[in-house]
Amino acid sequence: MNGVLAPVIEPGFFSSSPVHVALLVGGVVAVVSGIVGMFTVVRGQSYAGHALADLSVTGGSGSVLIGISPLWGFAGTSVAAAGIMDLIGVQRPRGRDLATGIVRGAGLGLAALLLYWDTTHTSTTGATITILFGSMFTIDPSVIGIVAAFSVAAVGIVAALYRPLLLSSVSSDLAIVRGVRPRLAGALCLIAIALATSLSALTIGAILSTALLVGPAAAALRLTARPGLVLAWSALIGLVATWLGILLAYDSYYWPPKGHGWPVSFFVVFLILIFYLLTQARRGRDARRPTAAAAEG
Amino acid sequence: MMTDHRAQALSPDEMLVVDGVTVRLGGREVLHDVRFSIRPGEFVGLIGSNGAGKTTLLRVILGLLPTAAGQVRVAAAGIGYVPQKIQLDPDVPLRARDLVGLGLDGNRLGIPLPSRSRRKRVDEMLAAVDAAHLAGARVGELSGGEQQRILIAHALISRPGLLLLDEPLANLDIASEQEVVALLARIAREQNISVLISAHDMNPLLPVMDRIVYLAKGRAASGPTEDVVRTEVLSKLYGQHVDVIHVHGRVLVVAGRDDGLNLPEEPAIPAAR
Repeated sequence: MNGVLAPVIEPGFFSSSPVHVALLVGGVVAVVSGIVGMFTVVRGQSYAGHALADLSVTGGSGSVLIGISPLWGFAGTSVAAAGIMDLIGVQRPRGRDLATGIVRGAGLGLAALLLYWDTTHTSTTGATITILFGSMFTIDPSVIGIVAAFSVAAVGIVAALYRPLLLSSVSSDLAIVRGVRPRLAGALCLIAIALATSLSALTIGAILSTALLVGPAAAALRLTARPGLVLAWSALIGLVATWLGILLAYDSYYWPPKGHGWPVSFFVVFLILIFYLLTQARRGRDARRPTAAAAEG
Repeated sequence: MMTDHRAQALSPDEMLVVDGVTVRLGGREVLHDVRFSIRPGEFVGLIGSNGAGKTTLLRVILGLLPTAAGQVRVAAAGIGYVPQKIQLDPDVPLRARDLVGLGLDGNRLGIPLPSRSRRKRVDEMLAAVDAAHLAGARVGELSGGEQQRILIAHALISRPGLLLLDEPLANLDIASEQEVVALLARIAREQNISVLISAHDMNPLLPVMDRIVYLAKGRAASGPTEDVVRTEVLSKLYGQHVDVIHVHGRVLVVAGRDDGLNLPEEPAIPAAR
């Protein structure tokens, strides 16, 4: 098998332990993001997701300063921000963008200061790049336990609230009449989104994390109308993009000029874009056949 | 007046009792001492112009808004609700059958496992609203009339005793309008469900309506249609002279000149309809 794949997979890929950690953590995070991502897109909270990701920069850069894993900082600030955004009206469409924008601006301003201190006051070189753009091959294996816990929490929330969240996305009045509390469900969903963005901030970087959250879900929504299948496709697209991205980044070390690997995040985000464009093209083709949607079944 | 907020048992021939309900929103009295009741299987039209308080009244009955005075009593069989036009993004991953299924268990936690009996019940409900062929279509891609039927199925699948519909005929073409009215009348009759349907135009409902609740300026008059839709009753309700005019089996309520001649100022017959 290695013989056949030799031109595709460069030597040492399967025996490198940073690669193992990257495949494991990156894979788990991609699946979590794909699943939580569907609810982010369906509930129209992509912008809130972006803001949470930006705010996780603040926590991540703070973590480096005090010497703990950035994952704690990412999750700490984005969950706190989710709470603040919920309190100041993220549930109302008009209040939402304003509230989100204000909190986001303040958080990024603080991040600018913290990142400056990171580079001037600590010995951590490249902290800025790691936090903003991720560093899949330098993930400390000791965070695997936290990654697992956050993943279970995020997926647990949206799996438990699967039906209430879908119903609230149709109409909050319909949901209330059915006995759902849309406000509570929405707040919990925002926490799941915050956890998912902090996880992907760890792998592909805080700035890029919403690409993994929103991209695979948006592509999957074009493939099927069945909510369960959307979750499966979304997780699969995220997983394939991440694993293929890791492979290409590993291989790129051997590309000319030799010895300078390209960042994993670049490949992951680019692959997600390609998947999205492919599904977009497919949807365009279906739209020209009007009977296709009604016949699905 | 004194208000009794204790829930009282309804007699078996009452599905809904609205008892002296007054509602204030933002300091303004939107509904004043509204009272009427609905019997099982009755088809009742809630008629009034835009801003008369129809949606407010429906939201009070649903428990979505508090009353300032009076109370609402609903039979134990519960309420099904079809809200005013829902804007559904075509991307929302819900097929017609998924939305109908959420009417059954949308409040439950966890991901539903495939269940033959649940599927069968959804199929039956879709068939009952003549939408079996739409089962696999995305809800966001359906026409207004088709979405209306799916929402009716969503509201009915939990077998409520009372179905509330907020302006279900708005934005429908005449053919879909007649279809939806005929469908609702058939369901009310076959399943002995009471229907309370709001509309700004009573005419599409005249053939099927058992009784009318007419709202104007936050006040209501209710009873058999021919008792309520009369010049004297509605003029009193509006607090100004209005004319009730019958033209080719249709009823028009127009503000008249208060000079004893009762002539409408504008041509009373709208073009085309």
